Amino acid sequence: MMVYLKLFWEFFKTGLFAIGGGMATLPFLKNIGETTGWYTYGDLMNMLAVSESTPGPIGINMATYVGYTVSGIPGAFIATIGEVTPSIIVILIVAMMLKKFRDNKYVNQAFYGLRPASTGLIGAACVAVVLEVLTSIESVKPAAGEGIVNAFRIAGDSLLNWRGLALAAVLLVLTNWVKPVKNWHPIVFIGISAVVGVAFGFAGV
Amino acid sequence: MKELWELFWTFAKMGAMTFGGGMAMLPILQREVVDSKHWATEEELMDYYAIGQCTPGIIAVNTATFIGQKYRGWLGGIVATLGVVFPSLVIISILAGLITNFSHLAWVKNAFAGIQVCVCVLIFNAVVKLLKKSVVDRRTAAIFLLVLAGGVFLSISPVWFVITAALAGIVLKNLEVRGK
Repeated sequence: MMVYLKLFWEFFKTGLFAIGGGMATLPFLKNIGETTGWYTYGDLMNMLAVSESTPGPIGINMATYVGYTVSGIPGAFIATIGEVTPSIIVILIVAMMLKKFRDNKYVNQAFYGLRPASTGLIGAACVAVVLEVLTSIESVKPAAGEGIVNAFRIAGDSLLNWRGLALAAVLLVLTNWVKPVKNWHPIVFIGISAVVGVAFGFAGV
Repeated sequence: MKELWELFWTFAKMGAMTFGGGMAMLPILQREVVDSKHWATEEELMDYYAIGQCTPGIIAVNTATFIGQKYRGWLGGIVATLGVVFPSLVIISILAGLITNFSHLAWVKNAFAGIQVCVCVLIFNAVVKLLKKSVVDRRTAAIFLLVLAGGVFLSISPVWFVITAALAGIVLKNLEVRGK
Protein backbone atom coordinates (compact mmCIF):
# COMPACT_ATOMS: atom_id res chain seq x y z
CA MET A 1 0.00 0.00 0.00
CA MET A 2 2.80 2.40 0.91
CA VAL A 3 4.45 1.92 -2.47
CA TYR A 4 1.21 2.93 -4.22
CA LEU A 5 0.93 6.11 -2.16
CA LYS A 6 4.55 6.98 -2.82
CA LEU A 7 4.12 6.26 -6.53
CA PHE A 8 1.07 8.51 -6.71
CA TRP A 9 2.81 11.31 -4.82
CA GLU A 10 6.01 11.17 -6.92
CA PHE A 11 4.02 11.30 -10.17
CA PHE A 12 1.71 13.97 -8.83
CA LYS A 13 4.81 16.13 -8.24
CA THR A 14 6.08 15.29 -11.74
CA GLY A 15 2.77 16.29 -13.31
CA LEU A 16 2.70 19.51 -11.31
CA PHE A 17 6.25 20.72 -11.91
CA ALA A 18 7.20 19.31 -15.34
CA ILE A 19 6.47 22.12 -17.75
CA GLY A 20 6.61 21.78 -21.53
CA GLY A 21 5.37 18.30 -22.34
CA GLY A 22 6.56 14.70 -22.21
CA MET A 23 10.33 15.18 -22.42
CA ALA A 24 10.16 17.66 -19.51
CA THR A 25 9.15 14.79 -17.23
CA LEU A 26 12.48 13.03 -17.88
CA PRO A 27 14.53 14.92 -15.24
CA PHE A 28 11.82 14.14 -12.69
CA LEU A 29 11.72 10.45 -13.58
CA LYS A 30 15.52 10.36 -13.32
CA ASN A 31 15.27 11.94 -9.86
CA ILE A 32 12.61 9.41 -8.77
CA GLY A 33 14.88 6.54 -9.87
CA GLU A 34 17.83 8.00 -7.96
CA THR A 35 16.00 8.65 -4.71
CA THR A 36 13.92 5.46 -4.56
CA GLY A 37 16.17 2.94 -6.31
CA TRP A 38 13.15 1.64 -8.23
CA TYR A 39 15.04 1.59 -11.55
CA THR A 40 18.41 2.56 -13.07
CA TYR A 41 19.29 5.09 -15.80
CA GLY A 42 19.59 2.18 -18.21
CA ASP A 43 16.06 1.01 -17.36
CA LEU A 44 14.76 4.55 -17.78
CA MET A 45 16.34 4.87 -21.23
CA ASN A 46 14.81 1.58 -22.34
CA MET A 47 11.45 2.86 -21.14
CA LEU A 48 11.93 6.12 -23.05
CA ALA A 49 12.78 4.21 -26.23
CA VAL A 50 9.66 2.04 -25.92
CA SER A 51 7.55 5.13 -25.12
CA GLU A 52 8.76 6.87 -28.28
CA SER A 53 8.03 3.81 -30.41
CA THR A 54 4.46 3.10 -29.28
CA PRO A 55 1.20 5.03 -29.77
CA GLY A 56 0.17 7.59 -27.18
CA PRO A 57 1.74 10.74 -25.75
CA ILE A 58 5.35 10.06 -24.65
CA GLY A 59 4.87 11.52 -21.17
CA ILE A 60 1.93 9.22 -20.46
CA ASN A 61 3.68 6.19 -21.92
CA MET A 62 6.69 6.81 -19.68
CA ALA A 63 4.55 7.26 -16.57
CA THR A 64 2.70 4.03 -17.34
CA TYR A 65 5.93 2.15 -17.98
CA VAL A 66 7.67 3.39 -14.84
CA GLY A 67 4.56 2.56 -12.79
CA TYR A 68 4.46 -0.93 -14.31
CA THR A 69 8.15 -1.45 -13.55
CA VAL A 70 7.61 -0.49 -9.91
CA SER A 71 4.50 -2.54 -9.17
CA GLY A 72 2.79 -4.09 -12.18
CA ILE A 73 -0.54 -3.09 -13.67
CA PRO A 74 -1.87 -1.34 -10.52
CA GLY A 75 1.38 0.65 -10.49
CA ALA A 76 0.95 1.61 -14.15
CA PHE A 77 -2.55 2.85 -13.41
CA ILE A 78 -1.63 4.77 -10.25
CA ALA A 79 1.44 6.47 -11.76
CA THR A 80 -0.55 7.63 -14.78
CA ILE A 81 -3.48 8.89 -12.71
CA GLY A 82 -0.99 10.64 -10.40
CA GLU A 83 0.67 12.39 -13.33
CA VAL A 84 -2.59 13.66 -14.91
CA THR A 85 -4.31 14.75 -11.68
CA PRO A 86 -2.47 18.11 -11.38
CA SER A 87 -3.17 18.79 -15.09
CA ILE A 88 -6.88 18.25 -14.59
CA ILE A 89 -7.01 20.48 -11.52
CA VAL A 90 -4.90 23.26 -13.06
CA ILE A 91 -6.72 23.24 -16.40
CA LEU A 92 -10.18 23.24 -14.81
CA ILE A 93 -9.15 26.31 -12.79
CA VAL A 94 -7.51 28.02 -15.77
CA ALA A 95 -10.55 27.30 -17.96
CA MET A 96 -12.70 29.35 -15.59
CA MET A 97 -10.56 32.42 -16.17
CA LEU A 98 -9.12 31.73 -19.60
CA LYS A 99 -8.57 35.27 -20.80
CA LYS A 100 -7.21 36.51 -17.48
CA PHE A 101 -4.66 33.69 -17.45
CA ARG A 102 -3.40 34.32 -20.98
CA ASP A 103 -2.97 38.02 -20.36
CA ASN A 104 -1.66 37.76 -16.80
CA LYS A 105 1.59 39.66 -16.38
CA TYR A 106 3.04 37.38 -13.70
CA VAL A 107 2.27 34.20 -15.63
CA ASN A 108 4.13 35.51 -18.66
CA GLN A 109 7.04 36.72 -16.55
CA ALA A 110 7.31 33.38 -14.75
CA PHE A 111 7.45 31.57 -18.09
CA TYR A 112 10.31 33.77 -19.23
CA GLY A 113 12.34 32.01 -16.50
CA LEU A 114 10.64 28.63 -16.66
CA ARG A 115 11.28 27.85 -20.34
CA PRO A 116 15.10 28.02 -20.22
CA ALA A 117 15.09 26.25 -16.82
CA SER A 118 13.03 23.38 -18.20
CA THR A 119 15.47 23.10 -21.12
CA GLY A 120 18.39 23.18 -18.65
CA LEU A 121 16.91 20.31 -16.65
CA ILE A 122 16.44 18.18 -19.76
CA GLY A 123 20.00 19.14 -20.76
CA ALA A 124 21.30 17.88 -17.40
CA ALA A 125 19.39 14.62 -17.86
CA CYS A 126 20.98 14.41 -21.32
CA VAL A 127 24.47 14.80 -19.82
CA ALA A 128 23.71 12.07 -17.29
CA VAL A 129 22.53 9.56 -19.90
CA VAL A 130 25.41 10.37 -22.26
CA LEU A 131 27.92 9.74 -19.44
CA GLU A 132 26.10 6.52 -18.56
CA VAL A 133 25.85 5.10 -22.08
CA LEU A 134 28.89 6.47 -23.92
CA THR A 135 31.55 6.73 -21.21
CA SER A 136 32.50 4.92 -18.03
CA ILE A 137 32.37 8.10 -15.95
CA GLU A 138 30.05 7.57 -13.00
CA SER A 139 28.22 10.29 -11.17
CA VAL A 140 28.21 9.44 -7.46
CA LYS A 141 25.39 10.87 -5.35
CA PRO A 142 26.37 12.10 -1.88
CA ALA A 143 25.15 9.92 0.99
CA ALA A 144 22.35 11.31 3.14
CA GLY A 145 23.59 14.14 5.32
CA GLU A 146 26.83 14.60 3.35
CA GLY A 147 25.88 17.63 1.32
CA ILE A 148 24.29 17.89 -2.09
CA VAL A 149 27.30 17.97 -4.46
CA ASN A 150 27.86 14.98 -6.75
CA ALA A 151 31.28 13.34 -7.17
CA PHE A 152 32.50 11.77 -10.41
CA ARG A 153 34.69 8.72 -10.93
CA ILE A 154 35.80 6.42 -13.71
CA ALA A 155 34.46 2.86 -13.46
CA GLY A 156 35.85 0.31 -15.91
CA ASP A 157 39.00 0.00 -18.02
CA SER A 158 38.20 2.12 -21.05
CA LEU A 159 37.01 5.69 -20.58
CA LEU A 160 34.98 5.85 -23.80
CA ASN A 161 32.54 3.44 -25.39
CA TRP A 162 33.92 3.74 -28.93
CA ARG A 163 31.32 1.65 -30.72
CA GLY A 164 28.56 3.57 -29.00
CA LEU A 165 30.18 6.90 -29.90
CA ALA A 166 30.49 5.87 -33.54
CA LEU A 167 26.80 4.94 -33.70
CA ALA A 168 25.87 8.17 -31.91
CA ALA A 169 27.89 10.24 -34.42
CA VAL A 170 26.18 8.55 -37.38
CA LEU A 171 22.74 9.03 -35.82
CA LEU A 172 23.48 12.66 -35.01
CA VAL A 173 24.34 13.35 -38.65
CA LEU A 174 21.35 11.39 -39.97
CA THR A 175 18.82 13.05 -37.67
CA ASN A 176 20.06 16.61 -38.21
CA TRP A 177 21.63 17.10 -41.59
CA VAL A 178 20.64 14.39 -44.07
CA LYS A 179 17.50 15.12 -46.10
CA PRO A 180 14.96 13.54 -46.19
CA VAL A 181 16.16 11.08 -43.53
CA LYS A 182 16.14 13.70 -40.78
CA ASN A 183 12.36 14.01 -40.97
CA TRP A 184 11.77 10.33 -40.42
CA HIS A 185 10.01 9.23 -37.25
CA PRO A 186 12.33 8.41 -34.29
CA ILE A 187 11.03 4.83 -34.36
CA VAL A 188 13.09 4.28 -37.54
CA PHE A 189 16.33 5.29 -35.84
CA ILE A 190 15.45 3.27 -32.73
CA GLY A 191 14.93 0.25 -35.00
CA ILE A 192 18.23 0.78 -36.83
CA SER A 193 20.05 1.12 -33.50
CA ALA A 194 18.53 -2.09 -32.18
CA VAL A 195 19.78 -3.96 -35.28
CA VAL A 196 23.25 -2.41 -34.95
CA GLY A 197 23.26 -3.30 -31.23
CA VAL A 198 22.50 -6.95 -31.99
CA ALA A 199 24.88 -7.15 -34.99
CA PHE A 200 27.86 -5.75 -33.06
CA GLY A 201 27.00 -7.16 -29.61
CA PHE A 202 26.71 -3.76 -27.95
CA ALA A 203 25.93 -5.16 -24.52
CA GLY A 204 28.98 -7.41 -24.70
CA VAL A 205 26.95 -10.59 -24.13
CA MET B 1 -24.05 9.57 -20.44
CA LYS B 2 -23.93 8.99 -24.19
CA GLU B 3 -22.03 12.25 -24.62
CA LEU B 4 -19.45 11.26 -21.99
CA TRP B 5 -18.96 7.90 -23.63
CA GLU B 6 -18.47 9.60 -27.00
CA LEU B 7 -15.92 11.93 -25.40
CA PHE B 8 -14.02 9.01 -23.88
CA TRP B 9 -14.05 7.00 -27.07
CA THR B 10 -13.02 9.89 -29.33
CA PHE B 11 -10.06 10.78 -27.11
CA ALA B 12 -9.08 7.13 -26.72
CA LYS B 13 -8.93 6.86 -30.52
CA MET B 14 -6.79 10.00 -30.70
CA GLY B 15 -4.47 8.69 -28.00
CA ALA B 16 -4.01 5.47 -29.97
CA MET B 17 -3.32 7.35 -33.21
CA THR B 18 -0.77 9.76 -31.75
CA PHE B 19 2.77 8.67 -32.34
CA GLY B 20 5.30 10.83 -30.55
CA GLY B 21 4.85 13.93 -28.44
CA GLY B 22 1.84 16.19 -27.92
CA MET B 23 2.71 18.15 -31.07
CA ALA B 24 2.02 15.09 -33.20
CA MET B 25 -1.54 15.18 -31.91
CA LEU B 26 -2.47 18.61 -33.24
CA PRO B 27 -3.50 17.64 -36.79
CA ILE B 28 -5.56 14.74 -35.41
CA LEU B 29 -7.26 17.07 -32.92
CA GLN B 30 -8.07 19.53 -35.68
CA ARG B 31 -9.72 16.84 -37.74
CA GLU B 32 -11.68 15.14 -34.95
CA VAL B 33 -12.56 17.93 -32.55
CA VAL B 34 -12.92 20.92 -34.89
CA ASP B 35 -13.99 19.51 -38.27
CA SER B 36 -15.93 16.40 -37.34
CA LYS B 37 -17.39 16.85 -33.83
CA HIS B 38 -17.48 20.67 -33.58
CA TRP B 39 -16.58 20.55 -29.89
CA ALA B 40 -14.32 23.60 -30.29
CA THR B 41 -13.43 26.13 -32.98
CA GLU B 42 -10.03 26.32 -34.63
CA GLU B 43 -9.19 29.44 -32.57
CA GLU B 44 -10.25 27.82 -29.31
CA LEU B 45 -8.13 24.77 -30.08
CA MET B 46 -5.11 27.01 -30.74
CA ASP B 47 -5.71 28.82 -27.44
CA TYR B 48 -6.00 25.52 -25.55
CA TYR B 49 -2.84 24.28 -27.18
CA ALA B 50 -0.88 27.43 -26.36
CA ILE B 51 -2.04 27.32 -22.73
CA GLY B 52 -1.53 23.56 -22.58
CA GLN B 53 2.13 24.12 -23.33
CA CYS B 54 2.64 26.67 -20.57
CA THR B 55 0.72 24.95 -17.81
CA PRO B 56 2.19 22.01 -15.90
CA GLY B 57 1.91 18.49 -17.27
CA ILE B 58 1.63 16.66 -20.57
CA ILE B 59 0.42 18.87 -23.44
CA ALA B 60 -1.93 16.22 -24.89
CA VAL B 61 -3.57 15.75 -21.48
CA ASN B 62 -3.97 19.47 -20.88
CA THR B 63 -5.62 19.95 -24.26
CA ALA B 64 -7.92 16.97 -23.72
CA THR B 65 -9.03 18.34 -20.33
CA PHE B 66 -9.76 21.74 -21.90
CA ILE B 67 -11.90 20.36 -24.72
CA GLY B 68 -13.72 17.91 -22.45
CA GLN B 69 -14.60 20.60 -19.92
CA LYS B 70 -15.82 22.93 -22.63
CA TYR B 71 -18.16 20.26 -23.99
CA ARG B 72 -19.45 18.66 -20.76
CA GLY B 73 -18.06 20.59 -17.76
CA TRP B 74 -15.54 19.27 -15.23
CA LEU B 75 -16.74 15.68 -15.60
CA GLY B 76 -16.15 15.97 -19.35
CA GLY B 77 -12.61 17.21 -18.64
CA ILE B 78 -11.87 14.15 -16.52
CA VAL B 79 -13.48 11.71 -18.98
CA ALA B 80 -11.56 13.14 -21.98
CA THR B 81 -8.29 12.82 -20.05
CA LEU B 82 -9.04 9.22 -19.04
CA GLY B 83 -9.80 8.55 -22.71
CA VAL B 84 -6.50 9.96 -23.98
CA VAL B 85 -4.41 7.93 -21.48
CA PHE B 86 -6.37 4.68 -21.87
CA PRO B 87 -4.53 3.30 -24.96
CA SER B 88 -1.15 4.02 -23.33
CA LEU B 89 -2.15 2.08 -20.22
CA VAL B 90 -3.18 -0.97 -22.22
CA ILE B 91 -0.38 -0.98 -24.82
CA ILE B 92 2.48 -0.19 -22.44
CA SER B 93 1.33 -2.68 -19.79
CA ILE B 94 1.28 -5.47 -22.39
CA LEU B 95 4.65 -4.47 -23.88
CA ALA B 96 6.30 -3.98 -20.49
CA GLY B 97 5.16 -7.46 -19.47
CA LEU B 98 6.59 -8.97 -22.67
CA ILE B 99 9.89 -7.11 -22.40
CA THR B 100 10.32 -8.14 -18.76
CA ASN B 101 9.90 -11.79 -19.79
CA PHE B 102 12.48 -11.60 -22.57
CA SER B 103 14.98 -9.18 -21.02
CA HIS B 104 17.37 -11.98 -20.01
CA LEU B 105 18.01 -12.97 -23.66
CA ALA B 106 21.36 -11.88 -25.08
CA TRP B 107 19.96 -10.40 -28.29
CA VAL B 108 17.38 -8.37 -26.35
CA LYS B 109 20.17 -6.97 -24.16
CA ASN B 110 22.28 -6.11 -27.22
CA ALA B 111 19.31 -4.50 -28.97
CA PHE B 112 18.57 -2.29 -25.98
CA ALA B 113 22.26 -1.36 -25.64
CA GLY B 114 22.06 -0.08 -29.23
CA ILE B 115 18.74 1.64 -28.59
CA GLN B 116 20.18 3.46 -25.57
CA VAL B 117 22.73 5.14 -27.83
CA CYS B 118 19.87 6.28 -30.06
CA VAL B 119 17.96 7.62 -27.06
CA CYS B 120 21.00 9.76 -26.14
CA VAL B 121 20.90 11.33 -29.59
CA LEU B 122 17.12 11.83 -29.48
CA ILE B 123 17.31 13.60 -26.10
CA PHE B 124 20.20 15.74 -27.35
CA ASN B 125 18.18 16.75 -30.43
CA ALA B 126 15.19 17.58 -28.22
CA VAL B 127 17.39 19.86 -26.08
CA VAL B 128 18.76 21.67 -29.15
CA LYS B 129 15.24 22.21 -30.48
CA LEU B 130 14.01 23.53 -27.12
CA LEU B 131 17.06 25.79 -26.81
CA LYS B 132 16.05 27.69 -29.93
CA LYS B 133 12.63 28.42 -28.43
CA SER B 134 13.54 29.06 -24.80
CA VAL B 135 16.89 30.88 -24.90
CA VAL B 136 16.03 34.23 -26.44
CA ASP B 137 18.58 36.59 -24.83
CA ARG B 138 21.54 36.67 -22.45
CA ARG B 139 19.49 36.31 -19.29
CA THR B 140 17.60 33.24 -20.49
CA ALA B 141 20.98 31.84 -21.62
CA ALA B 142 22.29 32.38 -18.08
CA ILE B 143 19.26 30.64 -16.55
CA PHE B 144 19.72 27.71 -18.93
CA LEU B 145 23.43 27.33 -18.10
CA LEU B 146 22.91 27.67 -14.33
CA VAL B 147 20.16 25.05 -14.27
CA LEU B 148 22.17 22.76 -16.56
CA ALA B 149 25.20 22.97 -14.24
CA GLY B 150 23.02 22.64 -11.15
CA GLY B 151 21.30 19.58 -12.58
CA VAL B 152 24.61 17.88 -13.40
CA PHE B 153 26.55 18.69 -10.23
CA LEU B 154 23.91 18.92 -7.51
CA SER B 155 21.79 16.17 -6.06
CA ILE B 156 18.55 18.04 -5.42
CA SER B 157 15.02 17.68 -6.75
CA PRO B 158 14.20 19.41 -10.08
CA VAL B 159 11.24 20.97 -8.24
CA TRP B 160 13.57 23.54 -6.64
CA PHE B 161 14.98 24.63 -9.98
CA VAL B 162 11.48 25.09 -11.38
CA ILE B 163 10.27 27.21 -8.45
CA THR B 164 13.46 29.33 -8.43
CA ALA B 165 13.33 29.88 -12.20
CA ALA B 166 9.69 31.03 -12.08
CA LEU B 167 10.57 33.57 -9.38
CA ALA B 168 13.68 34.63 -11.31
CA GLY B 169 11.54 35.25 -14.39
CA ILE B 170 9.21 37.53 -12.45
CA VAL B 171 12.06 39.43 -10.75
CA LEU B 172 14.09 39.87 -13.98
CA LYS B 173 11.10 41.09 -15.97
CA ASN B 174 10.14 43.59 -13.26
CA LEU B 175 13.70 44.94 -13.02
CA GLU B 176 13.63 45.39 -16.79
CA VAL B 177 10.44 47.45 -16.58
CA ARG B 178 11.91 49.64 -13.85
CA GLY B 179 15.18 50.07 -15.72
CA LYS B 180 13.37 51.68 -18.64
